[in-house]
Amino acid sequence: MARLTAGVGCSHVPAIGIAMDQGITEQPYWVPAFEGFEFSRKWMKDNKPDVIFLVYNDHCTAFDASCIPTFALGCAAEYHPADEGWGPRPVPVVKGHQRLSSHIAQSVILDEFDLTIMNEMEVDHGLTVPMSIMFGEIAQDDDWPCLVVPLCVNVVQYPPPTGNRCFQLGKAIRRAIDSYDEDLNVMIFGTGGMSHQLQAERAGLINADWDKRFLDMMTEDPIAASQITHEEYLRETGSEGIEMVMWHVMRGALNDKVTEVHRHYHVPASNTAVGHIILENHE
Amino acid sequence: MEKNYEDIPGTYVFDADRSREGYHLNMFCISMRQAKNREAMKEDPEAYLAKYPMTAEQRQAVRDRDWNRLLELGGNIYYTSKLAAFDGITFQDLAAMMTGVSREEYRDMMLNGGRSIEGNRYKSEWEKS
Repeated sequence: MARLTAGVGCSHVPAIGIAMDQGITEQPYWVPAFEGFEFSRKWMKDNKPDVIFLVYNDHCTAFDASCIPTFALGCAAEYHPADEGWGPRPVPVVKGHQRLSSHIAQSVILDEFDLTIMNEMEVDHGLTVPMSIMFGEIAQDDDWPCLVVPLCVNVVQYPPPTGNRCFQLGKAIRRAIDSYDEDLNVMIFGTGGMSHQLQAERAGLINADWDKRFLDMMTEDPIAASQITHEEYLRETGSEGIEMVMWHVMRGALNDKVTEVHRHYHVPASNTAVGHIILENHE
Repeated sequence: MEKNYEDIPGTYVFDADRSREGYHLNMFCISMRQAKNREAMKEDPEAYLAKYPMTAEQRQAVRDRDWNRLLELGGNIYYTSKLAAFDGITFQDLAAMMTGVSREEYRDMMLNGGRSIEGNRYKSEWEKS
């Protein structure tokens, strides 16, 4: 049977991808951000997932204002990195695990989460940057080391789904993975955040104390974390910090008790606080 | 519907009302992702803008590149940033412009830990100072 072995929380700041693509990660500005990923890349090599269930948000790439699904599950054979206006990122095409996607779609919808199904979808930095962070530089004509099942969550138009809804969806995804009949090592990524505001006169807001408490809660008190209100995200973490609701999908899929094996927090990457955590599931 | 986020200073929450008001503006902005549209916009901005049934105010804010006004009129930052990119403005420089400081000041603020949450939670805190 498939096993969910770990969860990863991770920012998906586009500038991190650009720094890797341009080969400038050794510059003093970037060194402290990337130092915190060294452990993660080794850990990924040691723990070799077969599939990553990757929760992220699309940034008006696959979905523009004309269509805004709250939860959209990728069920395609492959996902091409999108041109977000300055050319696609030079990273490999992301390969899907179609049979697992189909199984999760069927299981989760019967579990009363009404997903949108995406049989064709381009993916933007929201998905490819966490892959790059965790696997390091991989040539465009090479392959990512594992398959991916992507889940897009709307966090662009307010309101995104509540933290609680995301947490409960994580539980439904876990039930789907547990009931899949192939022996697979599955990890789940929740991406986005941490505190940041990209817009208007309050742009540049960072709330490091809040972010650190959030990371503590991810490990120790995920139910309390899932009850954080939208108003609190907007006010305390900036208008774009609200994308942290996506971390609750990841955390909901894990066991109540987890082992935190790594944590990294750094300000800034461009306009954003970078947060990262690795949680292993107990048997 | 109660909007308990309207008292956050310097912030336009892109809710369903703003999404409705800003629809054509945002669709115009996102069209700048494609090279052929960027070419058309370069060649004849007024003709290109005319394809999108925006309000006169929105159209003027586009002409003025009044970035905060665009948000007030229903624009969303992920969309308006595509128009900024068309102008060759990076995301961080756009943020500096919206906050009314120089690129260097903004970058220094971020390097020093960003804008503090203290004094920046409520509009009333901004009105006092």
